[in-house]
Amino acid sequence: MYKALKARLFQGHRTGRFPAVAPTLPDHFQGRPQLQAGPCPKDCSACEDICPTKAVKVSANGPQIDTGRCLFCGKCAAVCPRQAIAFGPEYRLAAFTREQLVAGASAAAWAPPTAGNVQCRDFCGQSLKIRQVSAGGCAACELDFNVLGTLAWDMGRFGIQVVASPRHADCILVTGPVTRNMLLALRKTHDAMPRPAWVIACGACAISGGVFTDSPETHGGLEAIFKPDLYIPGCPPHPTTILEGLLRLMGRS
Amino acid sequence: MNMDTTFLTLPNGAAAPIAELPVLPFADFRAQLIQAVTQNGLRVSSFFATPASNRPGDFELIAVLADDRAHLLRLAASRVSKSYLALSADCPAFHWFEREIAEVTGLICENHPWPKPIRFTQPTTGAAGVLPGVTDYLRIADEAAHEVAVGPVHAGVIEPGHFRFQCLGEEVIFLEISLGYQHRGIEKMLVGGPDVRSAQLIECAAGDTSIASAWCYARLQAALSPACQASPAAELWRGIALELERSANHTGDLGALAGDVAFLPTQSFCGRIRGEYLNMTAALCGNRFGRGYVLPGGLRYLADNKKIADLQTWRKRVHADLTNALDLLFDTPSVLDRFENTGVLAPADAAAVGIVGVAGRASGLNNDIRLSHPYGPYTDRPLSLCAEGAGDVLARAMVRRRELDASNQWLNEALNAGTELSADEQASALSSHHSPAGGLAPSMIAVSLQEAWRGELCHVALTDSHGRFRHYKIVDPSFHNWYGLALALRGEQISHFPICNKSFNLSYCGHDL
Ligand code: SF4
Ligand code: SF4
Repeated sequence: MYKALKARLFQGHRTGRFPAVAPTLPDHFQGRPQLQAGPCPKDCSACEDICPTKAVKVSANGPQIDTGRCLFCGKCAAVCPRQAIAFGPEYRLAAFTREQLVAGASAAAWAPPTAGNVQCRDFCGQSLKIRQVSAGGCAACELDFNVLGTLAWDMGRFGIQVVASPRHADCILVTGPVTRNMLLALRKTHDAMPRPAWVIACGACAISGGVFTDSPETHGGLEAIFKPDLYIPGCPPHPTTILEGLLRLMGRS
Repeated sequence: MNMDTTFLTLPNGAAAPIAELPVLPFADFRAQLIQAVTQNGLRVSSFFATPASNRPGDFELIAVLADDRAHLLRLAASRVSKSYLALSADCPAFHWFEREIAEVTGLICENHPWPKPIRFTQPTTGAAGVLPGVTDYLRIADEAAHEVAVGPVHAGVIEPGHFRFQCLGEEVIFLEISLGYQHRGIEKMLVGGPDVRSAQLIECAAGDTSIASAWCYARLQAALSPACQASPAAELWRGIALELERSANHTGDLGALAGDVAFLPTQSFCGRIRGEYLNMTAALCGNRFGRGYVLPGGLRYLADNKKIADLQTWRKRVHADLTNALDLLFDTPSVLDRFENTGVLAPADAAAVGIVGVAGRASGLNNDIRLSHPYGPYTDRPLSLCAEGAGDVLARAMVRRRELDASNQWLNEALNAGTELSADEQASALSSHHSPAGGLAPSMIAVSLQEAWRGELCHVALTDSHGRFRHYKIVDPSFHNWYGLALALRGEQISHFPICNKSFNLSYCGHDL
């Protein structure tokens, strides 16, 4: 007991101060794409050609990136001859509709969407019980969601809690592209939840199939199965991106 | 047996023309492999079937054996059609591989002791679809026995898998583990590559093993293309990233083990400390899992001396916190009581079924690819082997703890070496291979091994006449070890399943691919 107390003193208080204080992100952090307007050189499709997930498209007004497909690998930025693509420090990537995930060139300052699911916000504003289901993917999305439960993030502070039984859950947070072998278990878990059973798609896989989009062994994400109420882009999303998205869904930021 | 004439012999991370791979008559092939494994102490690193290039419907069986004492890999092949006499019947180390071969190709492995699918993939033969987890489980025909079924969806934030326990009262007589829920078809998607998504697919085979996977792939490409050779400086930094990956995961596992015996202080401390290692990785490349850091030919980013100095200070501080958290854990009698003699995997069983990595070393197997098949920065900067012998949860925890110290010491030296690199050496580490480094040597077979944090990771690639992947085989350490967990549970209390499971902490996606 004495040793445990001593260790406790040694370890100190380590819970992060987000959202009161902005997160410290690493130097090479790849956040929301910053895209230069204007036409690309004729016949250039360097970014499209190198993208592993067909997330970037060249439009008349420069490149557009679907952050729901993007792995934030940065390859497009490296090959663009115009340097029209960069990934900035903006970590607030979550959105409430599929359309909001598409980033294009814009002169206006960007702000994350706020008008989420009103019913969910009113009902879960103080308490959000989440049943996580892993349906394919590489497990990194689960891991970086799971860290929100550690003392470094302590999402319990905001009334967010992971529950074991779907019967106790307000929402289901899905990771992975939904493999053929997980479809039935995913549906059964969703069926076992009290309605309206809100849905969160966490990571490129869950949103669009991610890097596995073209695999016949997967269903290419949640979209075709249940309509998500919150989309959290990234491969995997940074824990702050996930937490910030959840807080916005709850109407707490 | 003369190994050098029977087999094609390669060092780790090398390639040879497929024409040099000896294609033995099957009876010979079978006998030689069994002898090499059961009598000469070689291990099965990979065993798979690929469609024979000239005879439609036939398959070529390819075996890659690790000869740890000679620091070499021994390869051989044989041609079969429709069916062949299973090697598993005489050598259990082939058991899981042959179940996979039968499932993927439709070949019948005659006399296989336990022919069942391992992933429940849709049959390529057009036969009726299979349902995951629906199979004949081994059952006890006794009214006193009962069966416990868990998963695929588990109670926590964890990947899916199905566990079927046959119990007498509290005692587990037998555990069967049924996987495949995470099957995404990665190996099939890699055929025809390298292409723009190959590197990302490989990093996502098992997301907590991204560095080891990317490095394994990069070294395999280096064996097939001079353009993908990496400089010693690049290899040094890849090693630094790999030891950070190992440290993050071992720390997380020890915290989770503490949590499973309700020892909350170390659970909480380690939960945070694991994140520090991930953040150090992110300091190198922006991503906590090291995505995109290791590229064919080198690295995506360089670290300057200021960053190296920061990393050194950070590492020292974190290691002090870790030591404090772990001293407390291993100094608490109630914890040790739960860990000791729990989930014992006997050394003989571990050797017979071919357990690798942390679990293997905990059961007294002295293998660590960094030492037995050294590569890159481990060649002239070896680590010490951390092996125990008891094969219980405590041994698996102790191996992790000792490896954390070994990695910490190695990181210290490697980071110091990083500061001594000249500007040219530093710059040589950078790679611009964002595009697929096409132009691989045609008609070759290449093998690359890594000591990922769970254990041996093996990639084997066969290229076609255009230098494209004809076959890409990944063997994740979990592929070897899931069966070890099932064995460790025999005769154990069912309430001990969580700590036994955590002490292995295997990957579902790495197995399912
Ligand atoms: S960063 Fe996104 S858009 Fe760019 S190449 Fe990678 S996946 Fe494609
Ligand atoms: S989105 Fe990326 S990190 Fe998340 S599960 Fe898919 S592959 Fe893994």
